[in-house]
Amino acid sequence: MEFGVVELSRLQFAMTAMYHFLFVPLTLGLSIVVAIMETVYVMTNRPIWRQMTKFWGTLFGINFVLGVATGITMEFQFGMNWSYYSHYVGDIFGAPLAIEGLMAFFLEATFVGLFFFGWDKLTKVQHLVVAWLVAIGSNFSALWILIANGWMQNPVGAEFNPMTMRMEMTSFFEVLFNEVAQAKFVHTVSAGYVTASVFVLGVSAWYLLKNRHVELARRSIAVAASFGLLSALSVVVLGDESGYSATHSQKMKLAAIEGMWETQEAPASFTLIGIPDQEAKETRYAIHIPYVMGLIGTRSLTREIPGIDQLVENAEARIRSGITAYDALLKVREARGDVDEETKRVFEEHSGDLGFAMLLRRYVEDPREATEEQIVMAANDTVPTVWPLFWAFRLMVGLGFSFIAVMAYFFWLASFRGMRFPRWALWFAVIIIPTPWIAAELGWFVAEYGRQPWTVDSVLPTVMSVSHLSVADLLITLAGFVTFYTILFIIEMGLMIKYIRKGPYMDVKETENWMARHEHRLRTHDGNVPVTMPAE
Amino acid sequence: MILYELISFDTLRVIWWLLLGVLLIGFALTDGFDMGVGALLPFVAKTDVERRIAINTVGPVWEGNQVWFILGGGAIFAAWPPLYAVSFSGFYLAMFTVLAALILRPVGFKYRSKRESAAWRNGWDWALFAGGAVPALIFGVAVGNVLQGVPFRLTDDLFPMYEGAFYAKFLGLLNPFALLAGVVSLAMLAMHGAAWLALKAEDPVAGRARRIGTVAGLVAIATFALAGLWLAFGIDGYRITSEVAANGHSNPLHSEVARDVSWLAAYSARPWIAIAPILGFLGMAMAVMKLRGDGEVSALLWSKLGIFGIISTVGLTMFPFILPSSIDPKSSLTVWDASSSHQTLFVMLVVTLIFMPIILLYTAWVYKVLWGKVTEADITGNSESVY
Repeated sequence: MEFGVVELSRLQFAMTAMYHFLFVPLTLGLSIVVAIMETVYVMTNRPIWRQMTKFWGTLFGINFVLGVATGITMEFQFGMNWSYYSHYVGDIFGAPLAIEGLMAFFLEATFVGLFFFGWDKLTKVQHLVVAWLVAIGSNFSALWILIANGWMQNPVGAEFNPMTMRMEMTSFFEVLFNEVAQAKFVHTVSAGYVTASVFVLGVSAWYLLKNRHVELARRSIAVAASFGLLSALSVVVLGDESGYSATHSQKMKLAAIEGMWETQEAPASFTLIGIPDQEAKETRYAIHIPYVMGLIGTRSLTREIPGIDQLVENAEARIRSGITAYDALLKVREARGDVDEETKRVFEEHSGDLGFAMLLRRYVEDPREATEEQIVMAANDTVPTVWPLFWAFRLMVGLGFSFIAVMAYFFWLASFRGMRFPRWALWFAVIIIPTPWIAAELGWFVAEYGRQPWTVDSVLPTVMSVSHLSVADLLITLAGFVTFYTILFIIEMGLMIKYIRKGPYMDVKETENWMARHEHRLRTHDGNVPVTMPAE
Repeated sequence: MILYELISFDTLRVIWWLLLGVLLIGFALTDGFDMGVGALLPFVAKTDVERRIAINTVGPVWEGNQVWFILGGGAIFAAWPPLYAVSFSGFYLAMFTVLAALILRPVGFKYRSKRESAAWRNGWDWALFAGGAVPALIFGVAVGNVLQGVPFRLTDDLFPMYEGAFYAKFLGLLNPFALLAGVVSLAMLAMHGAAWLALKAEDPVAGRARRIGTVAGLVAIATFALAGLWLAFGIDGYRITSEVAANGHSNPLHSEVARDVSWLAAYSARPWIAIAPILGFLGMAMAVMKLRGDGEVSALLWSKLGIFGIISTVGLTMFPFILPSSIDPKSSLTVWDASSSHQTLFVMLVVTLIFMPIILLYTAWVYKVLWGKVTEADITGNSESVY
């Protein structure tokens, strides 16, 4: 692959986005876990739950700040590196980003300061409300960013305006209630909840193995396993929903994930495993499970799912239609809209395929001058490279199912076996800490790499979306971001490990006070000497 | 859904031009003081405890303040997509520098006091200094370049192109007028940060802040005046020569633009806008006076007024231009041809009208909870929960 401005811009976006998403899932999930713990504290008044809130809150804070820092880049690099994209779809895509700021970022960022600094300045209930507002704010931001991303996958509620040379919004509600966006939102936040659950479970398991902070660790495992089990189920169910919506919006992505070259008779079988061969257009050594693909993709036994070969033929037809649209566009634009009815009709009829004509820009400046060969090449460009999608998807799904198993097992031990965790299981919980991050990054890879060669599916090709920059510009910033982010990541990991090793901060006085009150309460009730309660 | 016909397109464009101003000013007023505190950190605070006091005056609020910056980016994207596309890619390496500095800031605040080592803390103090001073300077430099025109042109497809090699583009930004504008911005925000520290810290930090703030305020007044004179006599302004289509399509190439007037022409056409520079000078001068006396709260309020005046001056002088082009005036972006569609502007206005009052309410509540000075006892007594 030649590394020009397009490839380097893609690499930089992928790099900065994937770094950002190292911190986001833990923020999404841990904000809720912490708020749940504080809720228990406010309801029971037991200091151990306050300690837990503060301890996991500290780790939340160390992680949160890098999510904020790497998020700054995300808000601005569409304009920096993808200026034609920003011009072309900003009328639709900018809105959810701005609303994200208004509705979500302000909420989480304004209250996160109070969460850390307000322990002595707020009443218990006020502080609890603050904790929940941080959690709600974080999760709302995921909603709006996925509405934006969902629109790139399934651009509804918009049409092309030849006078302004861009897509313009026709229905805000269609953009908002885009089925792809909604399914992706729940899938993504659930993945964040699983990440936090695995993290809390793993760190607590390590404490149990070291026989430290046992009370905190056991309670934390109880929270993590129950929250994690629900979330892990939700990830898989909503992931399936994403697959179902991709059947109508992104047929090519679905076919590529499946390595499905030819259209099968309904109901299609699911390829469990195999070796996709792009050149021969077949998937070798495939093991099929009959019916399953048809059920996932269409929820029926009768509807067909088109294979890659057929989709390439469709793309070729749309490229030809797009060339007609392009010709009409130039006439409309030249005359500033003042053209005969026939030209208007032709443009309206074909404008939905304009993006396909733009695929030819890779080979020829004016799509109308494209040769037959170039049209065929452009149609073939609509097929993403299959093997990375095929494998990334299978690995992600495999991890997704194993999280259900792990969480169910720990939930069972915590609920019905009196928290007697075998040592091998605790070690296993420690070792698997990184896996939800791997699953989440694979998920984004499937979603975004699978959208190629488009930035906005069927509307705007990636090659046309970039800014007028030089390779030198990009090499400077790419090297800068990689270096800078890597240093920050190492510092963050160092602090995380330091604070995990250090363990919870014991507020001795508070614990003693509570013990005294608790003892007094028990004495006055039944006169027995109380069992020792919270501390370690 | 033709609800959006309720407000005409040109009215919405003017409203969004005003909201753009509100966001930039909101950013300068809130995040401005924590950038100012960062820029002043090495000078107002000498010992570790003093530095922690200075940092903790903004500790609980910088995160919320910074959202003004993020929202500014998002709102420009949503309401002025061509401005978002052209400016951020045109100022590519400058933007990268700003982002790098702004990324250092959150990390610096949060991580600085998490280890005892003096080298560690000293390193983060410099990061916080850079995170405050560099963006404050570059934002001013950017405004200085916008007033001189930016070297871009739009193709027929409205693809933005720039002139010059990458290093020339970056170094070309650092021309004398732009640097002067950068100094205005840095001095203004340093003074704002000083007013904040005078209010939220105790002596000796507050005392040093008052002294440095006085100097910064005087520098801001002098450079603002100088930049005004330079702009009046040394830099050509722009005007639309074709008929203005205030309700027209957002296509900058549909209008004709010439560069043959003075920027001050705006003041003869609309004399009332002179109120903006007057407020700028008045606010800064009064803030300096109050800092020399002991009006802590009023110094901060006057400083806010001064910033409001200075930023409004730029916007009102340029109206209706938002981003003029130095190499192809026709490509210049104006209020009438660089906005989002009628529908998007309307939807975004509704959303803003719903959420902005709520945001202002809860932000005010948070500041109320945190009211009062940060003292040495706050730092040494709570070393686990403060920065």
